[in-house]
Amino acid sequence: MSMEIPYDVTPRPDTGLSNGKLGMWLFLASEVMLFGALFSSYILLRVGAPVWPKGSEFLNIPLASLNTVILITSSITMVMAWASLVMKNVKKFKLFLSLTIFLGVLFLAIKGFEYHHKFESGFFPKTNTFLAIYFTMTGIHVLHLLGGVLVNLYFLFPGISMLKTDPGRYLGRIEVSGLYWSFVDLVWIFLFPTLYLL
Amino acid sequence: MQLNTSAHDNSHELPFWRKYIFSTDHKVIGIQYSITALLFMLFGFSLMMMMRWQLAYPEQPLPFIGKFFSEDNPFLPGGVLVPEFYNSLGAMHGTIMVFLGIVPLAVGGFVNYVMPLQIGAPDMAFPKLNMASYWVYFIGGVVMLYSFILPGGAANSGWTSYPPLADVATVGQTYWLFGMIFLIFSSLLGALNTLVTVIQLRAKGMTWMRLPFFVWAQFITGFLLLLAFPALEAAGFLQLMDRLAGTSFFLPTGLVVSGEKIAASGGGSPLLWQHLFWFLAHPEVYVLILPALGIVAEIIANNTRKPLWGYKSMVYSLFFLGFMSFIVWAHHMYMTGMGNVISSFFQITTMIISVPSVIILSCLFLSLWGGSIRFNTPMLFALGFLPMFGIGGLTGLPLGLSTANIHLHDTYYVIGHFHYVVAPGTIFALFAGIYYWFPKVTGRMMHEGLGKIHFWFSMVFMNGIFMPMLIQGLAGVSRRLYDGGLTYAHAAPVLHWNKVMSYSAFALGIAQIPFIINFFWSIYAGKKASSNNPWDATTLEWTATSSPPLAHGNFEQEPEVFRGPYEYSLPGASKDFTPQNQREIV
Repeated sequence: MSMEIPYDVTPRPDTGLSNGKLGMWLFLASEVMLFGALFSSYILLRVGAPVWPKGSEFLNIPLASLNTVILITSSITMVMAWASLVMKNVKKFKLFLSLTIFLGVLFLAIKGFEYHHKFESGFFPKTNTFLAIYFTMTGIHVLHLLGGVLVNLYFLFPGISMLKTDPGRYLGRIEVSGLYWSFVDLVWIFLFPTLYLL
Repeated sequence: MQLNTSAHDNSHELPFWRKYIFSTDHKVIGIQYSITALLFMLFGFSLMMMMRWQLAYPEQPLPFIGKFFSEDNPFLPGGVLVPEFYNSLGAMHGTIMVFLGIVPLAVGGFVNYVMPLQIGAPDMAFPKLNMASYWVYFIGGVVMLYSFILPGGAANSGWTSYPPLADVATVGQTYWLFGMIFLIFSSLLGALNTLVTVIQLRAKGMTWMRLPFFVWAQFITGFLLLLAFPALEAAGFLQLMDRLAGTSFFLPTGLVVSGEKIAASGGGSPLLWQHLFWFLAHPEVYVLILPALGIVAEIIANNTRKPLWGYKSMVYSLFFLGFMSFIVWAHHMYMTGMGNVISSFFQITTMIISVPSVIILSCLFLSLWGGSIRFNTPMLFALGFLPMFGIGGLTGLPLGLSTANIHLHDTYYVIGHFHYVVAPGTIFALFAGIYYWFPKVTGRMMHEGLGKIHFWFSMVFMNGIFMPMLIQGLAGVSRRLYDGGLTYAHAAPVLHWNKVMSYSAFALGIAQIPFIINFFWSIYAGKKASSNNPWDATTLEWTATSSPPLAHGNFEQEPEVFRGPYEYSLPGASKDFTPQNQREIV
């Protein structure tokens, strides 16, 4: 199609944003409300409960700490990927994007191991309200991370052809994907102390 | 900038299914949304007519269609509604009208077609997401419809799906939740698109205070959809977990269902659902009403041939209203025993939020003052909207006071109140918008005579349905009663209104026939619009070609804006309207 949507790639002068970046910020605002509602539910359920287990009774804090380090590192590699692309170092960009995907998958694998261990020990969402909210919140977070991994995989393999045809737009996509990735990371930074430590 | 690479070239390149079915053009998507939503509204209306028959003639077979149902039909044995089916009809009437009918028409339909044209944009900011938004909505609708043929029927725990009832209800409730998640996703995509389009794609010279009020209303609506719906999404996930994974988010400890203690662990809170649900559903009320106010404002300015009175205060009121709508939700929950402090807080915010609504409505009324009003069909519907929405708003005040609410909660008064807001309120505004923008979409006018018949009969019968609801509610008749209050002594003095309401409802159905005929007949044989701008309007959509070719690219030339949205009857001008893209007053 020949028609161009204005400010798709270049920022609009008075807002300083491209359409995609503004769209992602607004989407993240919506995501804040989604996780905000889940955290509020956690608070309401906990305040209303006569007893509330300590996270360490059911959960594996060392593994979750490792996962926290992994996810924060992946946010750094994601930024490095974007910065390498800005500096037109495609080789480094591919390396850092692959590293980001690898760390994301590693997080998911460790999380999968944690889930598996819970099920083995007979801890299910239906066991009690704490486990119910634990599985729901971390489950929704895992789905978000899985989405981020898939999108980055797309950009690394089939989507990379755009780097030649429309480099400006490709750079915009990586930046917006990075915003999302950092947000998913940030959610975990809140989930970890809330569920495991408090 | 090459905005307007000629639209005609595109229209021939695309195969039929890309041009009309899986189109990324905002005009086609707007039409798709509108038609689908109108069909859902007709369907939701039919569900209500079956309920009204049961209320007027409890446990008698439906007329005309009743004889087609055998004695072993699970929902309608011998044409008589069973109570469970009546509950399904109630839940699905609400769900379909709100989430599949009015919001998709008001937001998906009108915003898609009109808003980009009004701000001088070539399309929405994300055309592919726009297409996805429609098709996700479509899937959500199909899931909702499919749930009717499940064992146990569609969801039957009310459109609010309150647990614990909804947690233990038949499988239709699970489909309701999945359907809602599709609809929430669709509205998220639509709202993102609207917001980015308004912020980024305004034409040169289209400053914020030159935006037509319709665009402002849709802009604030976009924020409400973006930020309020996630709460219901979260609640939906939690209820799905309760239903599918056996968790107890909404099930209290020791709950007994049908004489047996339930197997779940307990420890949950039914109130949690209500908080999350109303955190969405109160802003949702403004999602229903703000686009309507936007449409009415356009039509009133156009047909009084005057600028809107108090345009800026209306815009500021919208902002205030949008913000306040997030902190009034628990006025739906006074009866849950939240405590007096919390009730007082929400009572105060509720009284405050009525102020900006009254400012907007007053501005619209004052805009009529001294105008030489053209009483065409769109204007009649817009004028009908004002007092009807007024009744809807004012009857809400007693519900917002926690003391009065003790008597009125869950009575027919509540039903009367919100139907006044959304039926002769929002739906009238939507009809006004259809009659007003019809020549823009098709290049032909709708028939005035049929339009006026449609308006006057709808006006009379809408009041025939909803005014008695207020009377019954004040007498204490509860909502959601299968027999309409037949077995309750306190309902006896007002029971005769059931027949009045039901006959009004059937007559209202008949009164829509002129509209349906008019709609289809006018597409092919309506009077050709005299020009691209048959209403002599000032806003940008009328400077584009009427019935724009259904492909990307809206304007012959990239539009430039020099003035405010409603410069009617300017002193010194030769015509009584000066379009926004006209540089000099001539």
